[in-house]
Amino acid sequence: MAASVDVRNLEHSYGVQRVVRGLSFTLDQGAIGCLLGPSGCGKTTVLRCLAGFEPVQGGSIALAGREVSAPGRIVPPEARRIGMVFQDYALFPHLCVAANVGFAFGRRPSPDQHRRVAEMLSLVGLEGAARTYPHELSGGQQQRVALARALAPEPDLLLLDEPFSNLDVDLRERLSLEVRSIIKATGTTAILVTHDQHEAFAIADEIGIMHEGRIEQWDSPYDLYHQPTTRFIADFVGQGVFLRGIVAGPARVVTELGDLDTGAPLLAADGYAVDVLVRPDDIVHDDAAPWQAEVVAKAFRGADFLYTLVLPSGSRVLSLVPSHHNHALGEKIGIRLAIDHVVAFPAAS
Amino acid sequence: MQLDFGSLSGALPYLWKGFRYTVELTTISAAGGLFFGTLLALARLSSIKPLALAASAYVNLMRSVPLVLVIFWFFFLVPFALQWALGTERPPLVGAERTAIITFIMFEAAYFCEIMRAGIQSIPRGQVYAASALGLTYGQSMAHVVLPQAFRNMLPVLLTQTIILFQDTSLVYVISATDFVGAASKIAQRDSRLVEMYLFVAFVYFVLCYALSYAVKRLQLKIAIIR
Repeated sequence: MAASVDVRNLEHSYGVQRVVRGLSFTLDQGAIGCLLGPSGCGKTTVLRCLAGFEPVQGGSIALAGREVSAPGRIVPPEARRIGMVFQDYALFPHLCVAANVGFAFGRRPSPDQHRRVAEMLSLVGLEGAARTYPHELSGGQQQRVALARALAPEPDLLLLDEPFSNLDVDLRERLSLEVRSIIKATGTTAILVTHDQHEAFAIADEIGIMHEGRIEQWDSPYDLYHQPTTRFIADFVGQGVFLRGIVAGPARVVTELGDLDTGAPLLAADGYAVDVLVRPDDIVHDDAAPWQAEVVAKAFRGADFLYTLVLPSGSRVLSLVPSHHNHALGEKIGIRLAIDHVVAFPAAS
Repeated sequence: MQLDFGSLSGALPYLWKGFRYTVELTTISAAGGLFFGTLLALARLSSIKPLALAASAYVNLMRSVPLVLVIFWFFFLVPFALQWALGTERPPLVGAERTAIITFIMFEAAYFCEIMRAGIQSIPRGQVYAASALGLTYGQSMAHVVLPQAFRNMLPVLLTQTIILFQDTSLVYVISATDFVGAASKIAQRDSRLVEMYLFVAFVYFVLCYALSYAVKRLQLKIAIIR
């Protein structure tokens, strides 16, 4: 079976500015994909190309096996069987919630379509709000109306453009899990665009990290975090620092915090300098450890402290330590490395 | 000077007839002007350049010529235009009253066009995107999403323009159509009661326009809350 979404070598420019440069990815039926990247990386443009709001200058987009975009050829948005949730929701303010959700069914919905609207409202937990108007709802409720409206006509593909950016942090986290379960309940294939990795991790099955108009890595959230393939991704996803190491054998790196087994052979000769990615959860506080580091900054985060530590060489590392280990600034604490997946890149300089 | 409103009561049926024509002229012109004005606004905002240019030339012409002149010109031109359009042998007799209605529709269309254009532009682009993502064509999203909202947002301005139109219709006296003012001035000249008649007419205009303006202001506040 053809992939639900198949994007090949997509190119898009605004005037002379090339925003999307040969971007490709595929997404299976029922999967939730995410384009994650810093602002200005072209992710929203890709979404607009998928929706049919922007023509493409190169490559192609196929939805459910049908080519919908290619240079000089564009199926208009209304004929793509897509649903879209906008950053500002774009609810219709002159219509009540039920009319918004049933909008795609026209002025005189059939009994089946009436039932569908009621179903969608109960799916998003707004059964009682059918007759209210968008301005009477909170941001989170409006967001859910927008989702119900997009899903009501049973689209082949749901597109979400930074859907949580207008909500406060608490709500964002709760809602992103809720949105995932709603989308999964309907079995719709979906693509989300965001710059917030927590959001991406909470919702998506697969994430593409975008950088300068391309997808730099397309992977599961777990692999993106633990096995980033480029320095940019290692830097962009999660927290972490690079620790200098020297290659000493086919799968061995020596660092000032001990030797590391890379698990797989490195593509570098012995004596070659590399930078090893060290996440805050890779550094374990252990009084019995032979290595000592000085606390130079600490951030209390409830369950744990995020310590910034300086090693004898002057390198800085971050360490996540359970919060009952409350150490003062300037204090030396014992640490050791506990890295499951060693990720190393050629030394920066 | 002695004011004598005694002749007023006898003149009331004739004044009422004139007043009914004024109201008729106002409502038909407002409705027609809104209809054609909306079409003009869509034309002005169209991506088809010649259409946009033609519409804006028409609107600018109408808005730059005094209304009295437009009324005059249409009075003379409408019969000939109809002769040409219908292919009749002689210019048909249209009559001042019907000519006035055509004139005001054409003239008000230019003003309503500018109001509706502002209204359409006040609707965020996202609304059209949302509508087309839900399967509506451009025309459908205009009809069901943009225009209803533009109309609602602009309702107070449209009504204010209609109140101005209500006052402007009195200019039809220049082509001897018998509107409220026309009827009053005929009676006034017959009975030599100019001051009383014009005072009465002014009073009626004032009461109506003031009350309507007040109502529009109230409506505006209500709409402001909804948005």
